[in-house]
Amino acid sequence: MIIKLASGVGQYLYLLKRVFRWPDRWRMFMRQFIAELDKQALQSLPIVFIISIFIGAIITIQGKTNTENPLLPAYTTGLLTRETLLLEFSSTILCLILAGKVGSNIASEIGTMRITEQIDAMEIMGVNSANYLILPKILALVLMMPFIVIISDAIGLLGGYGVAVLTDIITKEDYLYGIQYAFNPYYVTFGIVKSVVFAFIITSMSSFYGYHVRGGALEVGKASTTAVVNSSVTILLFDLILTKILL
Amino acid sequence: MIQVIDLVKKFDQTVVLRHVSADFHDGKVNMIIGHSGSGKTVLMKTMIGLHTFEEGKIIYDLTYPHPTRKDVNDMNENEIQMLHREVGMLFQGSALFDSMTVLENVLFPLEMFSQMSKEERTERAMFCLRRVNMPEHALSLMPAKISGGMQKRVAIARAIVLQPKYLFCDEPNSGLDPKTSLVIDQLIHEITEEYQICTIVNSHDMNSIMEIGDNIIFLKNGEKKWQGSNKEIFHADNEDLDDFVFASNLFKKVKATNQ
Repeated sequence: MIIKLASGVGQYLYLLKRVFRWPDRWRMFMRQFIAELDKQALQSLPIVFIISIFIGAIITIQGKTNTENPLLPAYTTGLLTRETLLLEFSSTILCLILAGKVGSNIASEIGTMRITEQIDAMEIMGVNSANYLILPKILALVLMMPFIVIISDAIGLLGGYGVAVLTDIITKEDYLYGIQYAFNPYYVTFGIVKSVVFAFIITSMSSFYGYHVRGGALEVGKASTTAVVNSSVTILLFDLILTKILL
Repeated sequence: MIQVIDLVKKFDQTVVLRHVSADFHDGKVNMIIGHSGSGKTVLMKTMIGLHTFEEGKIIYDLTYPHPTRKDVNDMNENEIQMLHREVGMLFQGSALFDSMTVLENVLFPLEMFSQMSKEERTERAMFCLRRVNMPEHALSLMPAKISGGMQKRVAIARAIVLQPKYLFCDEPNSGLDPKTSLVIDQLIHEITEEYQICTIVNSHDMNSIMEIGDNIIFLKNGEKKWQGSNKEIFHADNEDLDDFVFASNLFKKVKATNQ
């Protein structure tokens, strides 16, 4: 078990060594990079919008229910919604969701290229396939993740505001006061730093499992599942470590 | 020319290639033949550098950075990459990039490695596609939208677009009907003679072997059992080779007629 884990980590680090090299052709790299920006980041925005708005609304409703106490000020619900979104939801939970969407997409795409010998074809041409295929994916998501997190924060707060406007659970004024009360800008930075690390984990680990697929369609499916499960667990582990270090 | 000397390849404890030695000549179609599981594909992939090997030498005539002969084992990562730029490969399943059109597939090696202008690159890719008789209307199609025979032709065009010194073809006829197989065989033969490249074909298709096999290497259980040309194959005094060649009734009749 330990030997297998050490061997896996070794293979992962060796792959990263091949990934982080200067591209053979910058023109080709930029073409891939722009395609990945669209595929990994822009195409993830609809799900980010939907999840964030619902979670923002749900946190507000549940927050109000759980803080129904005359000793607590009315703005507590807004404050709770903001802190939950900034500290945990928009960085960690969103990245766990993206690990499912983006991670499985990357692992199955690269895995299919492996079993259909497209990666071998690149290697035989003298192309560093790891660099050509994986580097644009990593950089695209790492670069776009801060924007995704900020968008998720904003949309989540909007979801909570929707509850304040459409229901009588909380007043608009209390909610707006709550989300501004004792605001610490460092929490935004904290969320962004975490999400960038998680973006790297999602793309690099999923690429690793896809790149090392051997066999057929069944193995590609297995690699895709393993990529999602292992990157999710690694995200949680790093969430714990980063929270301890940064907060 | 490629020289394989005393090559031994193992997967864990299983010996797949047992002291194989063979010469692969320029301007000739060199065929590696044998039953399924005889080690043909492993030999080919080991020669290209996709597999490491335990013993022996694989010596290539190299052009870059200067003309020299070198064993694959003595090459560093950079030299292996340079060697790969002199190699074209036609994969069993064509291995076309499914996110690119037919034309983009052939342009890919040029865009990665040539110093040509955009117009020159397109012209060269179009020349290669015309050379393999690809119809103009298919150039903008994705690989999934064209037939297996067309995919093989595109793969050949992609393999020769950088004018390689070595062309490797892994079972080029698999999944093709006899007529299309013949077209692909003739194309491989013509290209080999035209550009005087060293072509290595891995096959167990007897029609193909008889059609284009200038230099044939017969493997059985990872061992080289015979080497000769397609003209010599019927007269070879080799039980293992006879067992392979005359497995089909058609070739038994041919042998009977010859006798």
